[in-house]
Amino acid sequence: MPPPELGTRSRPWFVRRRYGVGYRPLAWQGWVIASVLLAAAIVALLVVHASTARIVIVLALVAVYTGVGWRLSGERQDAANAAEEAPAVAPREPVERTPEQVAAIARLRAEASTPTRLRGPAGDEAIIVEGLTKRFGERTALADVSFSVGWGEVFGFLGPNGAGKTTTVRTLGTLIAPSEGSAVVAGIPLVPENAVAIRSAIAIMPEAPGLYPRLTVAENLEFFAGLYGLADVRPRIEQALATVNLVERAGDPCGSLSKGLKQRVAIARALLSDPRVLFLDEPTSGLDPVASREVHELITALRQRGVTIFLTTHRLEEAERMCDRVAILNTRLRTVGRPDELRERLFARSLAVTTLAPLEAPERLFAAVPGFAGWHSDGADGYELTVSDPRTAAPELTRALVAAGADVLSISERRHSLEDVYLELIDEDVEARRP
Amino acid sequence: MNIDRGRVRAVFRKELRQFRRNRAIVVTMGILPVLFLTGPMISIFSLSASASTSAVRSVVSSVLLLMLIVPVILPAAISSYSVVGERDQGTLEPLLTTPVRRGELMLGKGLAAVLPAVAVTYVLYAAFVVAVRIWAAHAVFSDLWQVPPILVEVLFTPLLATWSVCVGMAVSVRSTDVRVAQQLSTLASLPPLGLAVLITFRVIAPTVLSAVAIGLAFVVLDGLACWGAATMLDRERLIVGRRAPRHERSRSG
Repeated sequence: MPPPELGTRSRPWFVRRRYGVGYRPLAWQGWVIASVLLAAAIVALLVVHASTARIVIVLALVAVYTGVGWRLSGERQDAANAAEEAPAVAPREPVERTPEQVAAIARLRAEASTPTRLRGPAGDEAIIVEGLTKRFGERTALADVSFSVGWGEVFGFLGPNGAGKTTTVRTLGTLIAPSEGSAVVAGIPLVPENAVAIRSAIAIMPEAPGLYPRLTVAENLEFFAGLYGLADVRPRIEQALATVNLVERAGDPCGSLSKGLKQRVAIARALLSDPRVLFLDEPTSGLDPVASREVHELITALRQRGVTIFLTTHRLEEAERMCDRVAILNTRLRTVGRPDELRERLFARSLAVTTLAPLEAPERLFAAVPGFAGWHSDGADGYELTVSDPRTAAPELTRALVAAGADVLSISERRHSLEDVYLELIDEDVEARRP
Repeated sequence: MNIDRGRVRAVFRKELRQFRRNRAIVVTMGILPVLFLTGPMISIFSLSASASTSAVRSVVSSVLLLMLIVPVILPAAISSYSVVGERDQGTLEPLLTTPVRRGELMLGKGLAAVLPAVAVTYVLYAAFVVAVRIWAAHAVFSDLWQVPPILVEVLFTPLLATWSVCVGMAVSVRSTDVRVAQQLSTLASLPPLGLAVLITFRVIAPTVLSAVAIGLAFVVLDGLACWGAATMLDRERLIVGRRAPRHERSRSG
């Protein structure tokens, strides 16, 4: 049987049972007919119980029900259920697609990846946090945290386990109440009266995908679409699934999906409501490299669409690659800025020099380099020079070394990674807490 | 309290879909009532036409009481799963991040537990009455086919089921293990049956007035149970295991 066309769905009144014989009501009209006939059978049994006519009447009612079911039913239950329970999409194994279906899927995927800049109120920040503190009894999970996130920005929130990243997301998502401080989320002040409005404007993807294993992918999304009160549910589900390339798995129970696929479904769920701000809590946690790359590609696509993304992670290379700005948290906010800005702020800029043989008078040689601030040896034939601007210092240094007759193997700018920044700050905290 | 019917419907449909695909729940819904009623039904159908009035009443009363246990046990088993089950499968946090309000969540989940249980009980009761009318001694049917016992069954069934659901949800909020939640909520849902015993065993004369009076008592109990359960369905309590202090709750919803 060819797969049903996208967006179409027949709704027969009855459906043939998958197991056993006969028909069961599918639509409310079917239930009404079945109830009336059942009531008639009970009345017949009560009223004419003493007569053999009751058997004839009951058999007649059964015959009427079967006849009505046969006339008004659709396909067998398994086929009809696929249409009923996975309304948004084609079934999983459409080996052959009609050209129209292929075109429809291509159109949806194209629509999903079309860059459209989503913006909030002009001039405002998407998220503003001021002095946010959260205490659980005696334990402080989050202390005096302040930062802001612009509309359309991908903001990385880094920190070791227990640093308060998830607590921050939960607080901004109105799941838990802050002990102190204030915030604006998606342009809406964080107060109890605005909780529903905030939750409607944002989407949070927690670390675990949290899908109902007995429901299909489409049913999971349909449920969440209902909670967001969305109109045009089926096109939205189709578009969300097209974004994560899962249109063909819509009819699969979520319990049967791999962890990577579940994560993609969770992202599709987060995209359903077209959130103005999307919180991703450790989206690649526990994923293999291929699945992680797919999630990164999705985040990149969302960034192109202008979605504001708040990404918590402790994968530093992920944050460095994906985020416009990052914040490093360790209960207190340690720093906020662009990754390269943080590197410059924390580490002096330097040049690494390697020569074939040790230099005779390195101090005298290096002092002539513009912007020179100091040096130290890095192994027997290596030197690290601290300079104000490596781009002007490097050519002068090269000339000076050649003039001095040194055999230069390499001169390069020493680049510090975000990981260096992170470890530097977290190590400072560890040192500070040591008695 | 604002209630969005669309959200209630979404929760209700999701719950029913899950129940339908959970073999344990389907089997419980199907087999438990039958098991409960098999013994008393045999007693009723073995009563002779010359059985004394007291013997007839005793058997009929026990069947009616068992009929009232069904709407207590079935929803307790389902509703006790409602929160701890979500937590168990990791769906609680994603659910709470949506705009759904606690009242909508409770109503959707509650209706999904109450309606099937009430439907099963009513169908069972109707089938029982029909069977008695056809096959049992006439004295039994006469004792059964009176307004007070019918009113007791029809009125008490949804009220007891509502109590059971509210208590089950409250237990579910505080539990970390599904099986413990089911056992505790079944136990906790039984006490109001004591009121029903008074009327089914004719300690209180079974009249329309007494049935309505006890029904009103159930309404009050249900109201208290629902209020208690709704209070416990606090997002922070559900996520981190304890409620925020009052002064903090005023900072966020």
